[in-house]
Amino acid sequence: MIEVSGLSKHYGDYIAVHSASFSAAKGEIVGFLGPNGAGKTTTMRMLSTYLPPSAGSARIAGFDVVTQSDQVRRNIGYLPENPPLYGEMRVDEYLYFVGRIKGLPESQLASRVAEVIERCFLADARKKLCQHLSRGYRQRVGLAQAIIHNPAVIILDEPTSGLDPRQIIDIRKLIGSLAQEHTVLLSTHILPEVQTICSKVVIINRGRTVLESSLADLIQNRSLEQAFLECVSSDEAVTASF
Amino acid sequence: MRNILAIGRREVLSFFVSPVAYFVITGFLLLAGYFFFNYLLVFNVYVARFQGMPYPGGQPTPNLNQFVAEAFYQTLLIVLVFLIPLLTMRVIAEEKRRGTFELLVTSPISVLEIVLGKFLGLAFVIITMVVLAACFPLMLAIYGDPEVLPLFSGLLGVTLCALGFASIGMAVSAFTENQIVAGISSMVVLLLLYVIQSPAEAMGNTVGAAILNYLSPVAQVRDMLRGVISISSLVYFGSMIALGLFLSTRALEAYRWR
Repeated sequence: MIEVSGLSKHYGDYIAVHSASFSAAKGEIVGFLGPNGAGKTTTMRMLSTYLPPSAGSARIAGFDVVTQSDQVRRNIGYLPENPPLYGEMRVDEYLYFVGRIKGLPESQLASRVAEVIERCFLADARKKLCQHLSRGYRQRVGLAQAIIHNPAVIILDEPTSGLDPRQIIDIRKLIGSLAQEHTVLLSTHILPEVQTICSKVVIINRGRTVLESSLADLIQNRSLEQAFLECVSSDEAVTASF
Repeated sequence: MRNILAIGRREVLSFFVSPVAYFVITGFLLLAGYFFFNYLLVFNVYVARFQGMPYPGGQPTPNLNQFVAEAFYQTLLIVLVFLIPLLTMRVIAEEKRRGTFELLVTSPISVLEIVLGKFLGLAFVIITMVVLAACFPLMLAIYGDPEVLPLFSGLLGVTLCALGFASIGMAVSAFTENQIVAGISSMVVLLLLYVIQSPAEAMGNTVGAAILNYLSPVAQVRDMLRGVISISSLVYFGSMIALGLFLSTRALEAYRWR
């Protein structure tokens, strides 16, 4: 579903992502880990077609992000780090709008909006203005917006950051429930989160992918924390060993 | 087309949910009303003076079209120079700042559709504004005896000019993330355009002067105020709108590729 090979993004001399490669199969939830500034957001932006890569290629559901970006955009749901909400719109108005620009036919619009409202626990907020929502609700509306057109691949940039423990649990449940029909790539730096919901882990450090492994293999004889620290503290050595 | 309508609808909704559209429309009508009142008063004085003259030969006969309608429409143009940027400054700059631009661009719609949708939304607000301001020439038609055709063609000229200004303002907004910068820059650009023909007179009978005269929206609207809708003016305003849309599209495409 997601195939990334040699993906790079350079801003002049600054290298944000250098030759990142990994893949994700249908139905997998992939945890995308790395310290702050490692290049997680840039990579996700390239996968979502927001940023054009400087080199390398990425395919989403079989379509190339540069040459077939229109098909890619039909097949992804993307939640950026800050949910892209219009403060002056009500939650249901907003979801109708997103459904339309994502290409949902008018006949399915009402039922899809109702479905994501139920799925993301937004029933009591559907008539509220987005600017009056709490952080937790904003995040849930962001998630609803990402899944409304039932995309094959869902890309979530730190979906649980800034939420209280209760909300984190709800969101995790929700993401877990997406796994059957969708492939999910989610970035985070909360390790226990990966342990509870992900089936696969990709670690990126200073713009390079330093590890790609199934969660079970990774934590066979060490904790996830140990594995993560090994990767980010001596990524050169680790890269060599892979 | 459906995408363009979706974007346009959202734009209109956001104009009328936030106070922006109400303030701009109210301000426009208030200023328009005051100028209208002023021109009527001046016209009254002129008529009284004209009637008092024993032999008014050589003096132009006062008529409502020239003394009130034309002057009124011409003043509306300068009001638009200052108010249109207040409408356009947020249209694209704000999307970039609050991150919703990321949503639009990662949706299966083209940048051109985004730009056209936004322009459609702006056009709706502007046409609402001009239609409401049409109450002033309507009063002339009801209580006075003007020629009606120039009232309509003048209104059309003002509308086309406003749409051209909006398109330019939107392009300026597409180049920045900062609304204030967008607002000030559009005001400067539009004011410059408004006065662009001023050096023409001093330049005499040169090509440069002819170009400056052609580029002036005031000169282009002038014929329309007198009831002449020429192809050349329609092409002028059409090109102004097209140029703004083109620049907006380009600016947004470049924004992702920087």
